[in-house]
Amino acid sequence: MPLSRRNALRSVAAASATLAAPAIFRHAALGADPITVVGIHDASGGLDIYGQPMIACLDFAVDEVNASGGLLGREIKLINYDPQSNIQLYTQFATQAATSDHAAVVHGGITSASREAIRPILRRYKTLYFYNTQYEGGVCDRNCFCTGSTPAQNVQSLVPYIMKKWGKKIYIVAADYNYGQITSKWLTKYTREGGGEVVAVDFFPLNVTDFGPTIQKIQQAKPDMVISALVGGAHVSFYRQWAAAGMKKRIPMASTTFGGGNESLLLSPEEGDGIVVAFSYFQEVDNPANKAFLEKFHAKLGAKAPYLGGELAMRTYTGFNLWAAGVRKAGSIDRMKVIEALETGIGVDGPPGRTVLDGKTNHVSLDVYFAEVQNHGFKILEHFPDRPPADTASVCDLAAHPNTDKQFVVDVKI
Amino acid sequence: MSLALAVGLQALTGVAMLLIISLGLAVIFGMMRVINLAHGEFLMLGGYSAILAVRHGANIWVAMLVVAPLVVGLLGAIVERLVIRRLYGRMVDTMLATWGLSLALIGFVSMIFGNTVGGFSAPLGSVDIGGFYTSAYSLFLVFAAAVMVGAVWLVLRHTPFGLLARGTMQNPEMASALGVATERVYAVTFAAGAALSGLAGGLIAPLSGVVPTMGTAYIAKAFITVITGGAAMLAGTLSASVLLGAVGVLATFLTTPVLGEVVLLAVAIILVRLLPHGITGRFFRRAL
Repeated sequence: MPLSRRNALRSVAAASATLAAPAIFRHAALGADPITVVGIHDASGGLDIYGQPMIACLDFAVDEVNASGGLLGREIKLINYDPQSNIQLYTQFATQAATSDHAAVVHGGITSASREAIRPILRRYKTLYFYNTQYEGGVCDRNCFCTGSTPAQNVQSLVPYIMKKWGKKIYIVAADYNYGQITSKWLTKYTREGGGEVVAVDFFPLNVTDFGPTIQKIQQAKPDMVISALVGGAHVSFYRQWAAAGMKKRIPMASTTFGGGNESLLLSPEEGDGIVVAFSYFQEVDNPANKAFLEKFHAKLGAKAPYLGGELAMRTYTGFNLWAAGVRKAGSIDRMKVIEALETGIGVDGPPGRTVLDGKTNHVSLDVYFAEVQNHGFKILEHFPDRPPADTASVCDLAAHPNTDKQFVVDVKI
Repeated sequence: MSLALAVGLQALTGVAMLLIISLGLAVIFGMMRVINLAHGEFLMLGGYSAILAVRHGANIWVAMLVVAPLVVGLLGAIVERLVIRRLYGRMVDTMLATWGLSLALIGFVSMIFGNTVGGFSAPLGSVDIGGFYTSAYSLFLVFAAAVMVGAVWLVLRHTPFGLLARGTMQNPEMASALGVATERVYAVTFAAGAALSGLAGGLIAPLSGVVPTMGTAYIAKAFITVITGGAAMLAGTLSASVLLGAVGVLATFLTTPVLGEVVLLAVAIILVRLLPHGITGRFFRRAL
């Protein structure tokens, strides 16, 4: 065939028709298409101690929904990305999830730094975002649902409890990024409200491993207790050096983060036992729903089932189910319809108790448990049902101001 | 007074800690000029070896002081044979190769052992220094650091192998011409450096979170110490550890942990600016 302009045009037209055909067919059969859900959690790098159990729970939640016939009659396709504890990869994967995967929802982010990296991206691309981690509170953004516990839920009840138990002078050690900085402000606020005194707050970059000088400083300050908001593998050194210096027997410790990952497994019982923590879930929570969940979870994952410890992994499971409940109620995966359905105050029952979405803040009411580290696990001490996200609610009202897009920070001088 | 004593001891511990984590690198990088970016992972493997040995019933001291250096020394010998041997004299290439090795080791350990291995607590309990408690184990670290430095000095200064090693590192062609099996000297030196790193990993295991990525928290400090120390690897690492360790601990104690880190880095930068060849470029020049 001689190459003339007409021939060339004809073959191009034919080719593009052939190429376009599958797209047309696909469109016609949309109802049977899978729904894409993206998970972005660190499966490697320093944060994998948190990320891997979260991924296991997200996988489990998706499989559970698929096994029961999917969502709106469609299968859910889960894409897990591993940002390798690297913020830059978070932004890259969030963009990919929104623009090329066309995800119906993104579940992910572990540290507050990673959440603040991807939240604006997903908002800009109008992709629904669920952040399922315990965090410092205050995020006010209609596109972002925060399903973990916040300081008003855990710290506000924990601080009076331990002050009554141990005394009024508190020394705070915290990780040096937005989580630690803001959480220590909440800790200070609740301590002062309870008539206590914060003698000092020390912040540590995430790679600090030598806590010797600080341990001497704490002894000099002679507090009644230490509260830790330390994060990650390097900071586990603090608990070990604290115990090695023989301080564990002398000054008791509480934490807002201990056990969120595998800290309790890394330490020996002599080093960890007795630390008091507050989360919205522990693997040891004793109720029928949790029993049934753990049975299924262990049957499915066998020896590979991670220890679920504090709440991060369980919140991921609950967060996914909340989103699924929203989709069922909306009868659609359209972002605005799902948001509106969720904001009607949807609730799900699950292993941690009942979780109810608060439409004004896009945060949740949840049960909070106090527990004490005991032999690599936790012993539940107290159970507070139905704690509202009062901290965020005091500053954020999405019903009145739906276009708000910021994180409010509590104003406390420390 | 007792506070001053406690802080002084803490500074001494800080110095010992820097020395312990840097000594293996001082041999491999300071002496052999191999930029070993897998140094942190050598430490990590030392920690894992010690923990696994303890879990399999070994005595804690045997696990830390014997098993950890043996395992990592052996690994060092293998790595030298397979990778490093081909890259002597190509500093930038060693950097790339050992960086890859570092990633591979992190991945390998996560794959085999997962990211969680329960550690063991520090032996020896705590001591009371006028009302301030500190772990007796950290005092043992000071002793261990002194023994390690002494041993390296003895080997390099007073054994035939030390002489051959120093000669080979200074001028491999000449050593080779004089009949020294330089390849073997390189291999043994590298393995010895790795063993020192493994020992360090075993020693810090009871005081740190032993996770696959723990090396990243130590490697920068190790390099800063060795580079600040300069050409004479032993005297340099020793003097840099004393200076940086003490300054870091005191700054942390007097201000905040964040500023403590900043001061340590600032002092290192100023030192390298004023003494581009490290401390031993100007002082202790004839030392080892």
